Amino acid sequence: MKWHRISAMFLRHIYLYRHSLTRLVEIFYWPLLDLLVWGFVSIYLSRLSSEGKNTTNFLGLFLGALILWDILFRSQQGISVSFLEEVWARNFLNLFVSSLTIGEYLFSLMLVSVFKVALVIMISSLLAWVLYSFNLFILGISLLPFVLNLVMLGWAIGLLTTALILRFGQQAEVLAWGVAFLFQPLSAVFYPVSVLPRFLQKLAMFIPASYVFEGMRAVIFGRGISLEQLARAFLLNLIYLSLSLFFFFRMFKSVRAKGLLGRMGE
Amino acid sequence: MTEAGLPLLVVNKLCKSYNSFQAVKCVSFDLYPGEILGLLGPNGAGKTTIIHMLLGLTSPTSGEIRIFGLNPEKAREREKILSRMNFSSSYVAMPYSLTIRESLHVFARLYGVKKARAKVDMLIEQFELKEVANRPVRTLSSGQMTRLNLAKSFVNDPDILLLDEPTASLDPDIADRTRKYLLEVKKSRNMAILYTSHNMQEMEEISDRLLFIHHGEIIAGGTPEELIARFRGEDLEDVFLKVAREVRP
Repeated sequence: MKWHRISAMFLRHIYLYRHSLTRLVEIFYWPLLDLLVWGFVSIYLSRLSSEGKNTTNFLGLFLGALILWDILFRSQQGISVSFLEEVWARNFLNLFVSSLTIGEYLFSLMLVSVFKVALVIMISSLLAWVLYSFNLFILGISLLPFVLNLVMLGWAIGLLTTALILRFGQQAEVLAWGVAFLFQPLSAVFYPVSVLPRFLQKLAMFIPASYVFEGMRAVIFGRGISLEQLARAFLLNLIYLSLSLFFFFRMFKSVRAKGLLGRMGE
Repeated sequence: MTEAGLPLLVVNKLCKSYNSFQAVKCVSFDLYPGEILGLLGPNGAGKTTIIHMLLGLTSPTSGEIRIFGLNPEKAREREKILSRMNFSSSYVAMPYSLTIRESLHVFARLYGVKKARAKVDMLIEQFELKEVANRPVRTLSSGQMTRLNLAKSFVNDPDILLLDEPTASLDPDIADRTRKYLLEVKKSRNMAILYTSHNMQEMEEISDRLLFIHHGEIIAGGTPEELIARFRGEDLEDVFLKVAREVRP
């Protein structure tokens, strides 16, 4: 073993952090999110136990939440990772020198996203049933608006991250995996919004996914869903999706002007 | 519609600036049916920026481009233009997990080719890719990849083909056959080709007309013979060296 070779390899990785803010931020980002999410889960569990609700359907609460979260995550990845696949394959230019329009391209990514989500629902629900006897379809017809809202939010996040990758290049590709999780603590995936501190509860009102997960818990606890809350989630999603599309088109125009589109695919 | 004999592509005072840096300084040229126009110039001369502007990948700062009489800056006209053009570059690859056949089929659909399967079979045969047709793109040698890129660029039978160093990774035998194929289709289909290469012998052999680009400007244009005479060079390579070293005619 030679120290100069080991130190050369160590330096090779440390230099990366000097030139990439995203890599540096990532070191703090994941522990912080884990701490937030699992901290709030712990508060929720201790609250349930102090209220003597030991018969709560924890399996349904957590497996249902996990599957629904995966729907959001996969729909976002259906957009941003499918886009990255073209960049990694250096195929990006081939697409945009054809008569393919941006609208057609985005629509095709949304179809990929729906395809991925359909597979996630099929596989996850089957595995949850076989391994844990948990039936996702106890959520009944409410599963449809839940999935629709999560997919729409996934698309909005996917378009936002893709636009940023388009602008800042591959150094921003970590966003494709990280941005959705930024919304996780406020989406109240594994705990109710009431567990959050008051100022975060106010922010959660602007996250459509929080209404979906609250709705899921309401169905599991046998309380039924609030149509008003689902409508609010849908409206927020429409606004976010429109803003993301606007942002994407603006960014695409700017990237063309800066001559970055050509560099993206080479 | 453009009539035979009129230029398919007209570039008029095309400029591109990035802040204070002028990458392309108001160049003008045209491209006729059945013509191979070579763009020559050292690295960073502005050739790629020009090609990217023609393909709509980069928006011009000023100036005008007309292709088939249409304006690529207008979205609807751009669609029509690009359906009749194609592009190949040795710096661009294809989806690496797909097989050659699948990749070409995707592009045949993208360009709305009728009888896509037959077209793909024909291209596979034409570019000698039959033995590797069902292999994933990631397993191809650089020469095979270049041939696949070229095959893709013929998928829509384009009227204008933009080729950015298309033979860069080919062995002399395949490169020679590729040039002969390009000359053949240019003649048989009256195709217009815009070509860049750093292989001066190749440029001399294949180009009907050449444009020398340096620091974003066209500093000379003409047939290979005219350029060699004007710069008093021994051959095109000698001319290139003189131009790259700032010698003007």
